Amino acid sequence: MALKFEIVTPEKLVRSDEAYMVVVPGAEGDFGVLEGHAPLMSTLRDGTISVYASDGATPETLTIEGGFAEVSETGLTILAEAIG
Amino acid sequence: MASLKELKGRIDSVKSTQKITKAKQMVAAAKLRKAQAAAEAARPYAERLAGVVASLSGKVSGDGAPKLLAGSGSDKRHLLVVVNTDKGLCGGLNSNIVKEAKAQAQELAEEGKEVMFYLVGKKGKAPLEREYASRIVKHFDTSVVRNPGFAEAEGAAEELLAMFEEDKFDVAHLIYPVFKSALAQDPVTQQIIPAPPPDTADDTGAAVEYEPGEEEILEQLLPRYIKTQLFGSLLEREASEQGASMTAMDNATRNAGDMINRLTIQYNRSRQAAITTELVEIISGAEAL
Repeated sequence: MALKFEIVTPEKLVRSDEAYMVVVPGAEGDFGVLEGHAPLMSTLRDGTISVYASDGATPETLTIEGGFAEVSETGLTILAEAIG
Repeated sequence: MASLKELKGRIDSVKSTQKITKAKQMVAAAKLRKAQAAAEAARPYAERLAGVVASLSGKVSGDGAPKLLAGSGSDKRHLLVVVNTDKGLCGGLNSNIVKEAKAQAQELAEEGKEVMFYLVGKKGKAPLEREYASRIVKHFDTSVVRNPGFAEAEGAAEELLAMFEEDKFDVAHLIYPVFKSALAQDPVTQQIIPAPPPDTADDTGAAVEYEPGEEEILEQLLPRYIKTQLFGSLLEREASEQGASMTAMDNATRNAGDMINRLTIQYNRSRQAAITTELVEIISGAEAL
């Protein structure tokens, strides 16, 4: 029971990994994505992505500049403009 | 016949040319690998973005569609975005791109459309200026940075989008070389504005939630899509340039080798002839005594 997620920038595929939960800075507010999340598309604002490897674990953070997130049955895809 | 000294000078000069072409070939081979890797690395982003745009543009159509998708309503003024390299020594690559651009311009002109040029890269400027000096809107210089990256593509795309906003043109085509192999780089023409719907429309049928709305997302996504396409064309250009350069320099090195062989044979023959003449002179001189 893990969420597959990918972080992609125009230059390269930054990460392709599994996590318990990923919190994404959506344009209309942050949202957390767990496994089995309903399909969703959202634009992102500049902010930080928090990757929780397991429930209750200290999150690993990544700074991103704008972009776009897509949640589908296969997992979460973050198309970021740039990774800080 | 050329004197021995002249021949020697020519052999030396061809040898140093060969050294240069050989060095350039090796540099191009090394850079090609890097350029190909960069093009490879950029593919996931482009693919995913195209997929998202495809599934969204299928949903948003009709009146609500943004201008970048629906077009400005006419197709009178065409802008050709021609992506050339900044450096030479890459065989016929740039002249092929220019040829393609001219063919497209010709075709559009015959249909009674107005054609304008937006040039990226140095090498296409001179040949296109000769024929279409008044039609060149802008030249985007990518030679100021060593490795044109996404920032440059973004800069060029923003200029294009601003021009589109100001209603300076109706349709934009992107002309750039596609890297097939080190031997083949074909220039292709692709329409970028209005964005043609990618044909990989995959509708999963799942009810997708949109945040904020579909149209807002699309409005943000389309400029990014155009930027990504420009970025892709810059990467293709880079790989094509190095590939073409490698092939051209390989040929040049081989030609220089052939030339050196030919000149060396000529040199040896002349030297032999000179020695023979000298010998004949000495012998006949001795005989006369």
